This record gives sequence, C-alpha cells and structure tokens, in this order.
Amino acid sequence: MIEIQNLTKRYGHIKAVENISFTVQKGEILGFLGPNGAGKTTTMRVLTGYFPPTDGKVKVAGYDITEKPLEVKKRIGYLPENVALYKDMRVIDYLKFVGRVKGIKKSPKLKQQVSNVIELCGIGDMQKRIIGKLSKGYRQRVGLAQALLGDPEVLILDEPTVGLDPKQIVEIRKLIKELGGERTIILSTHILPEVQMICERVIIINDGKIAAIDTPDNLNRQLSKQLVVLMEIEGDPQKIVSTLENVDGVIEVKQKRKGKVKQYEVITRPEKDIRRDLAQAVFENQLGLYELKTVEMSLEEIFLKLVTQEEHHA
Amino acid sequence: MLNSAPIFKKEIGSYFLSPIAYVVITMFLILSGYFFYSTVAYYSLISLQAMQNPYMVSGLNLTEGLISPFFANIGIIAMLIIPMLTMRLFAEEKKSGTVELLFTYPLRDLDILMGKFFAASVVYLVPIAVTLIYVFFIRSLTELPFGPVLAGYLGLILMGEAFIALGIFISSTTENQIIAAIITFGLLLLLWVIGWAANFTGPLFGKILNELSLVRHFESFSKGVIDIKDVVFYLLFTFYCLFLTCRVIESKRWRG
Repeated sequence: MIEIQNLTKRYGHIKAVENISFTVQKGEILGFLGPNGAGKTTTMRVLTGYFPPTDGKVKVAGYDITEKPLEVKKRIGYLPENVALYKDMRVIDYLKFVGRVKGIKKSPKLKQQVSNVIELCGIGDMQKRIIGKLSKGYRQRVGLAQALLGDPEVLILDEPTVGLDPKQIVEIRKLIKELGGERTIILSTHILPEVQMICERVIIINDGKIAAIDTPDNLNRQLSKQLVVLMEIEGDPQKIVSTLENVDGVIEVKQKRKGKVKQYEVITRPEKDIRRDLAQAVFENQLGLYELKTVEMSLEEIFLKLVTQEEHHA
Repeated sequence: MLNSAPIFKKEIGSYFLSPIAYVVITMFLILSGYFFYSTVAYYSLISLQAMQNPYMVSGLNLTEGLISPFFANIGIIAMLIIPMLTMRLFAEEKKSGTVELLFTYPLRDLDILMGKFFAASVVYLVPIAVTLIYVFFIRSLTELPFGPVLAGYLGLILMGEAFIALGIFISSTTENQIIAAIITFGLLLLLWVIGWAANFTGPLFGKILNELSLVRHFESFSKGVIDIKDVVFYLLFTFYCLFLTCRVIESKRWRG
C-alpha cells in the first residue's frame, strides 16, 4: 500500500530524513517511534504530500506522490501533530467543509458521512460548538474525524493521543485498532506501551535514519532478555574493557562516561547472573570498583538503547 | 476543472461569520457616502452659480463634474479597504498552521487560490453594488447618461480584482497579517502615484511609469471611456499577481 524508497528530505542544509526505505502492507498498523526531531513528522508530511521529498520515491496505492499528488491525497486521511483547525468555524460546518474538499459532493451522502465520523469520534455533543472553544482533547477528536472523512484507505496519524485524558486515550486507541484491518495506518508516538498495544510493526527512527524495523514483540524479545550491568571502575580503560570482555557471559562492554572513574555498560547474556564474576575479575586485576548495579530493560530503554546505539555508530 | 467551491464557501463563511466583512463594508459605505454627498453638494453649488452666470453653463458637465470624481473617490476607498480584506487570506492560515491540513487535501494550489480570490472579490463587490443606490438617486433627480456609469463600474471591478490579486500575492509571502496589509497598501499607493515621477524622468522612462500607474488606467474608465488597453492592463496585472502567488505557494512547499 505504501512504498518508500531511499527517501531523503533536507531543509536547506539540514538533513531531516536520510535514505529511509520501508513498505507498509494493506491493512497494517505501523508505529513510528523516535525522539523529538528524529524525522517522524517530516516523513509523514512527505507521505501526505504536504511537501515533496528532496530525493527518493514515495508511492501510495501505486501512485507516485510527486507525479500524481491528487490521487495520493484522495486516499490519505491525515491528523497533524499540532491539530490546527479553523477556530472560527463550528465543528459540523468544518467537517462539512472537509467533506466537500475531499470530493463528497452530494448533500445526503455528505451529511451521512459527517454524522458517521462524528459518532465514531464521540463528538456528537460538540458538533454545534465553535472549534476555538473546544478543549484540546475534543479538538484532537475533531482532527481525527476530519482525517476519517472521505473513507481514506490510508490514515496517517501524528501523535494521535497527545493531550487526551487517560479515558480518551483508551478510547482513541481502541478506535484506531478498530479502524485498522480495512485501512492502512501509520501512527507516530513516543509512548511505547501505545505501540505495543496498537501496532503490528514498529519503525524506530532516530536522527533521520531507521534504527530498527520489527514487530513490537520481536523487539522486546531481542533486547529485553539481555541483562545490563552498569559499573564504575577506576583505571586504564583499555585494560578494563579487555578484562570485562574476558568474563564468561559478557556480550559487549561499552564505555559510557569520561573522567577519572569511568562508567561501563556491560551487556550480558540473561541465562546467568555474572555480577559476582565481574566483580571478581575487577579485583583480580587490581582495578578500583566504585559501583556495580543491574539495569532493567523496559521497552523504553530498548528504545533509548537503539537510539543511542545509532549515535555511537555515527 | 477548477475545484474551488469548498474553499470559496469556507472563505465567504469566515468573512461573514467574523466581523471583518461587516466592518469593511460599513467603512466602505460610510466613506463612499460622505464622498458622494460632498461631490453632489459641490456640484449643486456650482450649478447654482452657473444659473447666475450663463457663461459657466457650457463648462458644466454631469459626467465630468459628478460621475468622474465619484468613481475616482471609490477607487481610493478600494485602495484603502482591499488590503484589509486580502491580508488574512494566506497569512492567517500560515500563522495558525491550518495550511498543513489545507495542503494535504486533494486540491490543487490553483483551486485554493481561486477560491480565496473569488471570496475576497465578493466581499469587495457587495459595497460596490450598494453604491448603485447613489446612481439611482441621481437618476431620480436628473437625466443620467448610462454609458459613463457602466464604464465606471467596469473600471471599479477590474481595478478591484487587480488590487485583490496583489493583496493575495503579498499575503502568501508572509505569515503576519499586518505586514501583509501594510505592504499591499504601500505598493498600491506607490503604483497609484507612480505617474507623478513621469514628468521628471525623461520621455521613455516617463511613459513607462505612466503606463504602470494604476490610477492612469482608471481615469479613462471614470470618464466613461472603455479603452481595451486599460482593460488588458488590469487583466494582465491580475493574472500576473495570481501567477506569482501560485509560484510562491509552490516554492514554499519545496522549501518546506
């Protein structure tokens, strides 16, 4: 349904997104994960045709975004990050306007579609209100409602649950899940449990590049089973690293903090707790151990880890 | 096919749901009413004097004494008012961020632009249409030649569209409405009086300046003359500004 090949987007000299490629199948819910400024919104904006890519190919439903932008836009419903709606319009008038813009001409059909999305998003009580007077949560819902108008095959939702109260978040997530299946959905977020709950596949994006693509479960399995031990040791770093690496069960040693007493992140296999072995190795080599503790890896940390790993490589 | 109807409807809505349209139309009518009153009062004063002095009667001419200044005055009001109408068209959308959704809807830039252009035109044409009352008022008092009046209105429409096109163009280049209004007004005023410099700048350059002058092309209309040259001037001016606006929108997208 969506094909992105070597997408690059530059703003002047600043590279926002670099050489991203991925595809999304029809009916799939794809999560876009990444820290602020990673390039999530930029990628989404290119997909929606808000601005063209600097380089690369983007295809939605077989149509190229630069060659047939109208065909692509007809098939996309977009909820931007900061939902900017016309503040002086009433909800119902605004949705009717969007419906007409999206090419729903006939009045009964328009009315029906508008009342459908109003019901779906739970804004029935607000339909006569002026948008500018709505709370953030309701504005978000109106934003979602306008994205759903015209029954688009692809939904692109940029942080759809930001600013909602917990009850609304649950409702919107449920709604998004229900919408998947027939529709292809890309949603960005930085709330990790959300990804785990809704998405079938996750793209972790950092610094304009893709750090990982996988199912949330796989990502979890791959990385959360590692045990990370944080150690503060004084001494010659090279010696310390080689000492630690020689301990049975160690996968990788990374130096984290500079200074006299350096911090090391020791990634170990999960089968065996080797903290004792590590401490012993340090003592045997007459190095000064200041601290030793384990770090639990939540999905949050996996995410952080992937993101920081990228930085190390760069 | 142009798909401007939804945008047009929405823009008309925001003009008339907010106070903008009413304030603009009211100010327009107050000013034009005052100008009309003083023109008529002045003309009747001169008529009274002419009754006592038969030599003046031959110089007395309804078209030149009443219609021409009337249209010239409305032209000046249009120059004052139109920047206030056009300033918000793109600048507001950019400032508030609503462009993002607007540009992701299945509309071409031209659809959006023309929708906005026609909406501003309608708001401009409403008070222009109301000024017809003045014409009927004069007609109830005396015999009024219809030709010059028609020419004058045609001139007002063409010139107004040109002003609106320039205003939209400026609005598309900034996200600040006040800046849009001031630059539009400044440019209109400059183009209005640019012919003044023609007297001091040599024959060729002077002629160019004269031809650029917005008021010069309007003068013939207000005197009741429809010159194809003037019609073409305003149409080209309008098309050119709209074309530039399209390019600005496009380039803004490329730059992100």
